[in-house]
Amino acid sequence: MSGHVVPVKTYVFVFLALMVLTGLTTGVAFIDLHAWNTPAALAIAVVKMLLVVLFFMHVKYSPKLTKMVVVAGFFFLSLLVAFTLADELTRNWSPRALDWSTAASVTHSPR
Amino acid sequence: MADMAAHNAHHGQHDAFQHQFEDMEQQRDAGTFGMWVFLAQEIMFFGGIFGAYIVYRVLFHDAFEIGSNLLNVRFGAINTIVLIASSLTMAMAIHSAQAGKKGKTQVMYLLLTVLLGVIFLTLKFSFEWRTDYHEHLIPGFGFVIRNAWGGAGIHVPLFFCFYFFMTGLHALHMIIGIPIILVIAVMAWRNRFDEVYYAPLEMVGLYWHFVDIVWIFLFPLLYLVGGRYLSNGGQ
Amino acid sequence: MSTTVIAEIPGHERPSVERVNYLNVDHSVKSWLLTHDHKRIALLYLISITLMFFVGGFFAVLMRLNLIEPTGLVAPETYNKLFTMHGVIMVFFFLVPSIPATLGNFLVPMMIGARDLAFPRINLLSWYIYILGAAFTLYAVISGGVDTGWTFYTPYSSSFSHTSVIPTAVGVFITGFSSILTGLNFIVTIHKMRAPGLTWFRLPLFIWAMYATSVIFILGTPVIAITLFLLGLERLLHIGIFDPAIGGDPILFQHMFWFYSHPAVYIMILPGMGVMSELITAFSRKRIFGYTFVAFSSLAIAIISFLVWGHHMFVTGQSVYAGLIFSVLSFLVAIPSAIKVFNWTATLYKGSISYEAPMLYALGFIGLFTMGGLTGLFLASLATDVHLNGTYFIVAHFHYIMVGGAVMAYLGGLHFWWPKITGRLYPDAWARFAALVIFVGFNLTFFPQFVLGYLGMPRRYAVYPGEFQVLNVMSSAGASILGVGYLIPLIYFIWSFKYGPLAGPNPWGAKGLEWTTPSPPPTENFEEVPIVTEQAYNYAGTSESAHG
Ligand code: HEM
Ligand SMILES: [Cu+2]
Repeated sequence: MSGHVVPVKTYVFVFLALMVLTGLTTGVAFIDLHAWNTPAALAIAVVKMLLVVLFFMHVKYSPKLTKMVVVAGFFFLSLLVAFTLADELTRNWSPRALDWSTAASVTHSPR
Repeated sequence: MADMAAHNAHHGQHDAFQHQFEDMEQQRDAGTFGMWVFLAQEIMFFGGIFGAYIVYRVLFHDAFEIGSNLLNVRFGAINTIVLIASSLTMAMAIHSAQAGKKGKTQVMYLLLTVLLGVIFLTLKFSFEWRTDYHEHLIPGFGFVIRNAWGGAGIHVPLFFCFYFFMTGLHALHMIIGIPIILVIAVMAWRNRFDEVYYAPLEMVGLYWHFVDIVWIFLFPLLYLVGGRYLSNGGQ
Repeated sequence: MSTTVIAEIPGHERPSVERVNYLNVDHSVKSWLLTHDHKRIALLYLISITLMFFVGGFFAVLMRLNLIEPTGLVAPETYNKLFTMHGVIMVFFFLVPSIPATLGNFLVPMMIGARDLAFPRINLLSWYIYILGAAFTLYAVISGGVDTGWTFYTPYSSSFSHTSVIPTAVGVFITGFSSILTGLNFIVTIHKMRAPGLTWFRLPLFIWAMYATSVIFILGTPVIAITLFLLGLERLLHIGIFDPAIGGDPILFQHMFWFYSHPAVYIMILPGMGVMSELITAFSRKRIFGYTFVAFSSLAIAIISFLVWGHHMFVTGQSVYAGLIFSVLSFLVAIPSAIKVFNWTATLYKGSISYEAPMLYALGFIGLFTMGGLTGLFLASLATDVHLNGTYFIVAHFHYIMVGGAVMAYLGGLHFWWPKITGRLYPDAWARFAALVIFVGFNLTFFPQFVLGYLGMPRRYAVYPGEFQVLNVMSSAGASILGVGYLIPLIYFIWSFKYGPLAGPNPWGAKGLEWTTPSPPPTENFEEVPIVTEQAYNYAGTSESAHG
């Protein structure tokens, strides 16, 4: 695979798209979308990232192997976040003894 | 099959050729692929801190919104534009090598990239961070928890801790990148790169774009998702 | 395969009277310290990790001495430092780099028919980074030591410990990058530099194991780096990242720590598994049973190992729902490990087995690794772990895998490839004797610890109730036997390096490209680029004939 030459026009177009998206994400932040502000911001960021990765970094024209490396990186990162959150978010779901004194009285009372 | 002449033809091709490879093509392939593997490593490096940030943002939602609102969106947005522009100039530097343009054209684009990088860092350090310091927002350096923050106040330093760590680590990557770009620029000045051989240029480009991508996520995560709309009308 | 051009190596018109090899090509110190040759770098690593092994071993000896008496011999504070420095040095400075940085460095290019790794200078850099990291850690040892345990748990490490936590953490942080660079080099080399005809499914299984290990190096190590960075920051500035008193979550540290460190235990065992596949086939003269299964199980282990880290945190206050998921997934990771054990045993079946020293280590590995793995399943069951967590059962479990498995495989591999590395043989009788001593010493040291743990003796304490003394004395006695067992190979290897009889290119009659070159190999490894036309381990020697 020798380097694919991306036309300058594409670069400029991608750059303009990135500018528009930057404006968009900044603007959207000032509008109350209730729970959707964060997802919107992240979605725009992902689109911007894809533009940079695919065009500036030539991944669109790169062999499968390169694509796999990129996907693997983000996949394992998502594992870290997902499993950690699986703990952090469900930690308080289960009932617990309120404090040590009540826990102790529960275990000791049957005697 | 074994063909001495073919090998020598490859061997004699470029003074940048390294003996462990079969030919220039393999060398270039290995270099670029190596850079990508390195970037996968970088994803996890930044990823660890992003992960921790996300956990705390979920846990201490209010405190992180307060913290986020104390940042200056204007600087964040301007810096985003500056950095994306530097990515464009970097892409153009590679493009000019690929298109067989003179070394000087490549150097011009590389220097533009460095210039934009320096602008980014100047804004970051001597405007943003300095203001933060004067407003007592740097944890460990006289951070003051304000009464107005209420019960969530105790966790606001955590936001700033992440803010400085993440932007600091990002800036560090730029500070490492800039001298490398300058070295590459010197090579370009000496007309080392052409449409056949431009692997170092390509590799530093990948690195620089990656740093750009990190910022593309830092900007919304730190500056924007803090319920900006709240501070819009009020205070 | 990207390579289509087959060619001869330039600069190889040397007279063949006195054969030049990578060892005698240049004797100056500079030629070693600035070498780009993967084989020399492997030796640099070999020397450094051996040193670290004996430093770590020294602390272990002191620990076992202390535990002869229930009241202990050293102060508890000292004991805390002993087990910490033992763990840190053994895990990060011996086991993690052990096989990849020595045998891997030496063999990856040779096994795939390449002249060197893809990035020789980065390879050298990785060694210097390792040395720098080791220097920091040894400095921490000298400057008073550390007492947090190799796990650096917060908030003790971040807020309370008065010992050299930061120098140690910096040392571990730095060495991490040497692993990353090694992994990067291997991945690129294995993808891009295989000899013509050497397809993925013709690769020796050692290469698959190295590849899987490298994947963990690349994806796991950066996370421990950043975690230790956060720990250092917290310790210096007390901003509350991990301190519950100011709102932080100390368990988050454990998540991030084990996200690396569970996969890291597979960094330690996967290379050993790779060595095993080479040894078992060579000494039973058979093709491996179920090549694809063994190959893919390495990758499966690398991937699944990232999904189970929470099994170290069952009793920390982690959510029970997360615990449930982690428990189930931990059982999953045992499957690929079991596949390997099954396939090695099946390979032995009806093989013409010979019991040379490397094979003794390999057979030891199978038994000990199986015990370690199965006890891992006890620990992965939520309810059982509540009882066993924090006891000597854990210590026994992981030593069965890390010492009984990884170190056995490392020694087995070293004995197997020593003739290739040095061109010389070692005294076989001594080697078999040492293997036996190690096996006996090992079991005597660690089996009693299963019992101790089951009976409830907690780990990481300098003192213990009198009723545990018999088992502890047994363990200490075993440790001294084990120690002697490790010294014997050290002695005859050093002897053999100078005086051992010449080995010839292939003393075992083994298959694989590395055995087709002279021992020790020339700097460029191969006289000409080999062309591969057959599967790995073609011991049946069927019609498909060998290469040039
Ligand atoms: C068959 C797969 C395995 C399973 C299911 C397993 C399971 C476990 C579990 C559940 C624990 C935590 C026990 C506790 O702290 O209460 C543990 C601890 C440990 N395991 Fe394993 N394990 C396996 C393989 C390995 C391997 C291959 C290694 C090393 C090469 C290893 C090294 C360790 C270490 C070092 C610890 C203790 C860490 C510490 O707290 O200091 N394990 N294992
Ligand atoms: Cu584990």
